[in-house]
Amino acid sequence: MPSNDAVLGLKCRVCGKMYPKAANFFCPDDSGPLEVAYDYDKIKPTVSRAKFQARPRNMWRYKELLPLDGEPTVGPQVGGTPLVRADRLADALGVERLWIKNDAVNFPTLSFKDRVVSVALSKARELGMKMVGCASTGNLANSVAALGASAGLDTVILVPADLEKTKIYGTAVYGAKVVKVSGTYDQVNRLCTQIVMKYGWGFVNVNLRPFYAEGSKTVGFEIAEDLGWRFPQHVVCPMAGGALIGKIHKAFTELSRLGLVDQEVTTKMYGAQATGCNPIADCVKSNRERHKPIKTPNTICKSLAIGDPADGYFAAQLIKNSGGWAEDVTDAEIVEAMQLLAKTEGIFGETAGGTTVAVAKKLIEQGRIPRNEEIVICVTGNGLKTQDCVFEALDEPATIKPALADFDALAGLAAAEPALV
Amino acid sequence: MAIKVQIPTPMRDQAGGKAEVDVTGSTVKAALDDLLRQHPGLTAKLFDNGKLRPYINVFLNDEDIRYLDEMDTKVTDGVILALIPAVAGG
Repeated sequence: MPSNDAVLGLKCRVCGKMYPKAANFFCPDDSGPLEVAYDYDKIKPTVSRAKFQARPRNMWRYKELLPLDGEPTVGPQVGGTPLVRADRLADALGVERLWIKNDAVNFPTLSFKDRVVSVALSKARELGMKMVGCASTGNLANSVAALGASAGLDTVILVPADLEKTKIYGTAVYGAKVVKVSGTYDQVNRLCTQIVMKYGWGFVNVNLRPFYAEGSKTVGFEIAEDLGWRFPQHVVCPMAGGALIGKIHKAFTELSRLGLVDQEVTTKMYGAQATGCNPIADCVKSNRERHKPIKTPNTICKSLAIGDPADGYFAAQLIKNSGGWAEDVTDAEIVEAMQLLAKTEGIFGETAGGTTVAVAKKLIEQGRIPRNEEIVICVTGNGLKTQDCVFEALDEPATIKPALADFDALAGLAAAEPALV
Repeated sequence: MAIKVQIPTPMRDQAGGKAEVDVTGSTVKAALDDLLRQHPGLTAKLFDNGKLRPYINVFLNDEDIRYLDEMDTKVTDGVILALIPAVAGG
């Protein structure tokens, strides 16, 4: 495998020390997280808008800004999801210009996680790994299992035992070894860190995390390209581990630095969480330097239920520095917003999507997001995976005999105008 | 029987190559003080100006000490203290 010399290595986010491109995730000096470092001067002459646009519409059109040494070998069709102009939702929220970045239809497992996993597993193969895995709240489990299967990798996936059944079956079906752990996500995550240190397997969000997290930048690249190579004024993003919001902003910064977007990044970043697990939102709102971990999350929004987010500090700092804000919403508000998004835009987002729409609504009502500026809301997962949460809020459909008179009797359904037959 | 402290792989060079170090003490703080007395090279890796670094978590028999009494958490012989980097997940 030839080395990509535009990818310099892994840099500690605390002390700045550089490490080689390997399955490393923390700095042995201060335990700080590692992040991929690039040589942008080397990248700049190799990229252009025209070059990106001439490639197939998926996340790999931006491959020069992703940390592989060779071509992607896992998930080459991932990404390229629609940026939907959401005029009906805009009317409902009382704003002028609104878009939904719809990763509920990402390929193959209907969440943004396919982006990060295709990078992590392509890197795992470059590193010669055969056994891969993850700690997951569900979407990541689905993605590692599906993309792992497509690449012929052995997968072991650890999830909290109380996860939605659809997410567990939607993982096991791909042949992954699923382990249910009786505990919170944070306990599963800690156990996975211990497993990685003992067995050396490639866990996408543990020892492959520096590479994995870079995949999220493609959400930001796509938003900017689809707006006509410019940045929105406001981005509202769900937060679990807190990495996505930072990577969308990093994507904008890279596009600006490389001259692919002719403007400075002034986008304000807003983070969304559920009130039952709001460590980062609480950190921003109460102006703490570091988040207070939440031992036992309690929300229907399980995909965001990380009580001790690895990127909590960086997400809170970014939100404050960009001039944005963070909020959290109740389970009832989440369900209501899932329905609002579905009824206005025909998009069925999962509970995290409901959380993000509900937080956007709250921030608009608070006056923190102006009504006359451009807003992008990120919907990162599909409602078909969390149907149980909306079930009770929906009317039971009427059941009738196969008789026209029975149908006529349903008040309001039959049109008054007779049709010609 | 002593208290066992589990050392993350990349820090073992500073712990005489050991995966586990036996220490004594009645609190987490005392136990870690004993660890640093035996292996002073670990001090800068775990502490910054006397405070535990933010990206390292301490677990007492699988429970995060931040949900107990933090560094004042009582420990007894036979327990396991695990030092685990806090930069995974999500």
